[in-house]
Amino acid sequence: MLISYNWLSEYLDLSAISPAELGEEFTLGGLEVELTNDLGKGFNHLVVGEILSAEAVEGSEHLKKTKVDVGNEILPIICGAPNCQRGQKVVVAKVGAILPGNFEIQSTEIMGEQSEGMICSLDELGFSDSVIPKYAEDGIYILNDDAVIGEDARPYLGLDDTIIEFDLTPNRADAMSMRGVAYEAAALLSQKPVFQEIHLEEDSSESVTDYLSVAVEDTEDTLDYKMRLVKDVEIGESPVWMQKKLMHSGIRPIDLVVDVTNYVMLELGQPLHAFDYDKLNSKEIFVRRAEDGEKFTTLDNQERSLSQNNLVITNGEKPVALAGVMGGANSQITEETSVIAIESAVFKPALTRRTAAALNLRSEASSRFEKGINRATVQEAADLAAQLIAELGGGQIISGTAEIEGKPVEKVEVKTTIKKINGLMGSSLTENEISSILNRLAFEHSIKNGEIIAEIPPRRWDIKIPEDLVEEVARIYGYNNIPVHLPVTESIPGQLTSAQAIRREIAYLLESHGLQEAISYALLTEEKAKKFAIHSGDSASLQNPLSKERTTLRQNIIAGLIENAKYNKAHQVDNIALYEMGHVFYQESAEDFREYNHLAALLTGEPTTEWFGKDEAIDFYTIKGLVETLLSLFDFKESISYELAKDREGMHPGRTAEVYLGQELIGYLGQIHPSLAKKNDLQDTFVFELSLDQISAAEKIEKQYLPLNPYPGSSRDIALLVDATVSHAEIKSVIEANGGDYLTDIHLFDLYDGDNIAGDKKSVAYSLSFENPLATLKEKEVSQAFENIKAALLNQFNLEIR
Amino acid sequence: MDLKSKLEELASSSLEKIEQIEEIQEIEQLRVNLLGKKGQLTDLLKSMRNLEASERPIIGKLANEIRDDLTAKITSKKEELEEIALNERLEAETIDVTLPGRQIKRGQRHVIHQVMDDLENLFLGMGYSIIGGTEIVSDYLNFERVNVPQDHPARDMQDSFYINEHYLLRTQTSAVQPLIIEAHDFSTGPLKVISTGKVYRRDSDDATHSHQFHQIEGIVVDENITMADLMGTLEVMSKEMFGEDRDVRFRPSYFPFTEPSVEVDVSCFNCGGTGCHVCKMSGWIEILGAGMIHPNVLEMSNVDSEKYSGFAFGAGPDRMVMLKYAVDDIRHFYLNDQRFLSQFSTKGEN
Repeated sequence: MLISYNWLSEYLDLSAISPAELGEEFTLGGLEVELTNDLGKGFNHLVVGEILSAEAVEGSEHLKKTKVDVGNEILPIICGAPNCQRGQKVVVAKVGAILPGNFEIQSTEIMGEQSEGMICSLDELGFSDSVIPKYAEDGIYILNDDAVIGEDARPYLGLDDTIIEFDLTPNRADAMSMRGVAYEAAALLSQKPVFQEIHLEEDSSESVTDYLSVAVEDTEDTLDYKMRLVKDVEIGESPVWMQKKLMHSGIRPIDLVVDVTNYVMLELGQPLHAFDYDKLNSKEIFVRRAEDGEKFTTLDNQERSLSQNNLVITNGEKPVALAGVMGGANSQITEETSVIAIESAVFKPALTRRTAAALNLRSEASSRFEKGINRATVQEAADLAAQLIAELGGGQIISGTAEIEGKPVEKVEVKTTIKKINGLMGSSLTENEISSILNRLAFEHSIKNGEIIAEIPPRRWDIKIPEDLVEEVARIYGYNNIPVHLPVTESIPGQLTSAQAIRREIAYLLESHGLQEAISYALLTEEKAKKFAIHSGDSASLQNPLSKERTTLRQNIIAGLIENAKYNKAHQVDNIALYEMGHVFYQESAEDFREYNHLAALLTGEPTTEWFGKDEAIDFYTIKGLVETLLSLFDFKESISYELAKDREGMHPGRTAEVYLGQELIGYLGQIHPSLAKKNDLQDTFVFELSLDQISAAEKIEKQYLPLNPYPGSSRDIALLVDATVSHAEIKSVIEANGGDYLTDIHLFDLYDGDNIAGDKKSVAYSLSFENPLATLKEKEVSQAFENIKAALLNQFNLEIR
Repeated sequence: MDLKSKLEELASSSLEKIEQIEEIQEIEQLRVNLLGKKGQLTDLLKSMRNLEASERPIIGKLANEIRDDLTAKITSKKEELEEIALNERLEAETIDVTLPGRQIKRGQRHVIHQVMDDLENLFLGMGYSIIGGTEIVSDYLNFERVNVPQDHPARDMQDSFYINEHYLLRTQTSAVQPLIIEAHDFSTGPLKVISTGKVYRRDSDDATHSHQFHQIEGIVVDENITMADLMGTLEVMSKEMFGEDRDVRFRPSYFPFTEPSVEVDVSCFNCGGTGCHVCKMSGWIEILGAGMIHPNVLEMSNVDSEKYSGFAFGAGPDRMVMLKYAVDDIRHFYLNDQRFLSQFSTKGEN
């Protein structure tokens, strides 16, 4: 919404407040000012001139050599505009003038001719292409004949104005009109706006009823509908004062009728539509829902297929306009039009919004209908438009208004109390202060025994409940004038839940091992979303995705980390260590969605070579060590175990382990399948994914201090040559089962399957620790346990003790 | 020469030798030669038996004094020589202390989660608890229950990712409000809650738009909660985020779920408030929206809006981080380029 400061000054005394100060008032009052644009800022040396002569420059097809009277001197100026002619009043930028784009006018020579200035087009004066009238598009701008030679040209074009641009919140559609903004400014500045009364001159020889009657199908759809007719109008250009206001409001002047309808819309906020009465071919107007599939050609010559959701204006038979959105080609005003029918109506906001959105036809008019219309000025708008068209186009207003009995305007009274206002604001305003604020807002009100009854004028249709009124009082009082403090409430502890605390601890642990936290996209392709899921299940997909890369909610985090790793690799980051925590999603039924918290990590890269040697290479046991360390944060009641998982999708069949807590699968870890790694330009890449919810929910044992053992322990080493297929876990469980009460630790300290060992064998060595917390261990006890272990191993496996 | 003279002679010549010794082995040798079982002093004392009984204690005393003195001198010389040797060894062991150390690899929280954690900590300290929520919600919770009626423009299919007719990805963390308010037992005290998480909008990704971003939602409901409480809280939060020396101002705004509504600006941290390209010459930067919870929202959550009032606020950590660290492309947050992530292993000023 663009507001001309000069136009606003017609309603209020703004002599004591600059446009910038006014903008600040608006912003702090709730109408946010995006920009204040001082149009003439930096321009000078712009004067009115008259072209005394214009002759072709020899040797040029376009250029003319002119003599221009600028009051105190006559300047030779070379002009290239095709419309440049003797006798025109024009805008002259004299030497030294600075035009938009920091363009300085200099004394110059063109094709051997001296040129002392420039005759300006609107474009050169900073007007946007989108508002320059068609007639002024190609060439210099011609001022009215009454322009005074030698005067500052800026006021003639409104370049002495400042434009205030609002970024309005949707509730403040009342500020989409000059009058609405004037009321707002008046409240903020404690003034009373003054509006000119309309002096309507009707031609009483004819009545509108001779021409037309109007009716509507449903007053829920069409809350009000009025038409005024003006006949014998000469449709030319509108006057410059009106064109200036339109252009400053961002609207291109077209012709008198269009300009007047736009002007009235800007002043009152009431969109109007003008029909060529004769083309209606009917004496009735009927507003109804369109039929499904009904065809209609709009003003822009597009044939539209309509539906029950669209409201149309008809001549009783066929549509002549799409209500609130666009007129029809069949009833368009042309130069031949002699009787103009001006529609001033109020349509149901949602209907206009849906129609405009469905047909992609949003306009200044439809955006106002969508947000609501001041029911109090529907007639005034019709009257003002009729009056202006008649006055400026030399026509006669046919007496009377064709209208329906619209949906009654409900009187809005808001009842509240001084206590409620202060209670919600946290202020201590007195009755007088509140009353004075309501007066500034021009809300009629009464206050008795602390109870307030405020009558809300129809121009503020956003105010309905006491809280709305509190906001009005607060914003006029000034939010920043309310003394602030922290809430004083009963004290309650603020603390993380155990699940939240666990997430933070895991984060610290992973970060201290060099992993960086990632946040990747939760929407993936269906394939990626499901591929690495710990548990399989139905996924949730979007009905209306924006791209085929992001259609389905993830069931795993690994897939996103692989995307990240690929991105890093493509940007020459080779050593990648990422982790992420977040939701994964499952769909049980149309109304049952499940979300779980997961944790995943990804490691890949070459060991870096340092001056003191090489880092350790990343392999399966790096990622496993990370998982083991992480899980060691918790005192789980059940034990953790790892089982080879040969057929996890996307994973290396021989280097993937599922992680079990007791019997429960809580995640997995391992190397991603080399062919998938290759597809993503990655080297050997290791990942894990765990269910945080399962970890948080798992039963933990209560922590208790263990007395430190005062007695010395003892240890024995054992080396075995065993079949390569026998796992560490198998050997360990046999040792554990046969080690007796004093065996406290089984530490694998060597594993060798290289030279000097048969291909199907491996050599493993364990250090076994024994302790008795109650007495010094006897040599005999340890030897006995050790012998038992050896016997059991020999018995259970095909192995050799070395 | 009598024994006394011999002893004195031995003492003085030995002291001279000790003085002159430079090698640690020599001093040990000297000790053995002088004081050992077959040493010179021992030898001399053997002749004590030839002395008069009256002289023996005198000479004996002298001999002991000489032995003690020599022992002390030898020990001290030895320590002196050892220290010299140690110093020489340490000198030889000197390394290049400017060589880089063995790095302990260190990762860090994603910058958006850093901001969220900071704010969570701030509010935990003020007695708030943190409650999560689901990212898939019903349109009823996401819209209806936060007072966004059926025909509100925000409900357009265009703006939200729908899973089916009635379920969508939440477009705002305010979607958690109804369930949290509804579930609260006011007999246990006021409701003070922070909820943070991902939200989604049907926007094409570019430098300033992302289909996925984050929000922080705060809710307080109790008897007599006022705008003054809200604005006091927002001031603390804004200063925590952007620094104690920032000015904070409030202005009226509009959100369907609050009335009155508030927008919060902080003085521009780029120019300090004089006007620049970051604040579009206004001197202020809009950082969050808030307001008094709309009575419809309270009533729909079975809370008596005559008895209770509350406030809610919502902030966007993505935008906050972009402003605070001058990040020029929101996509950086979700592509996880480690060159980007690792820049936030330190926090900078304040």
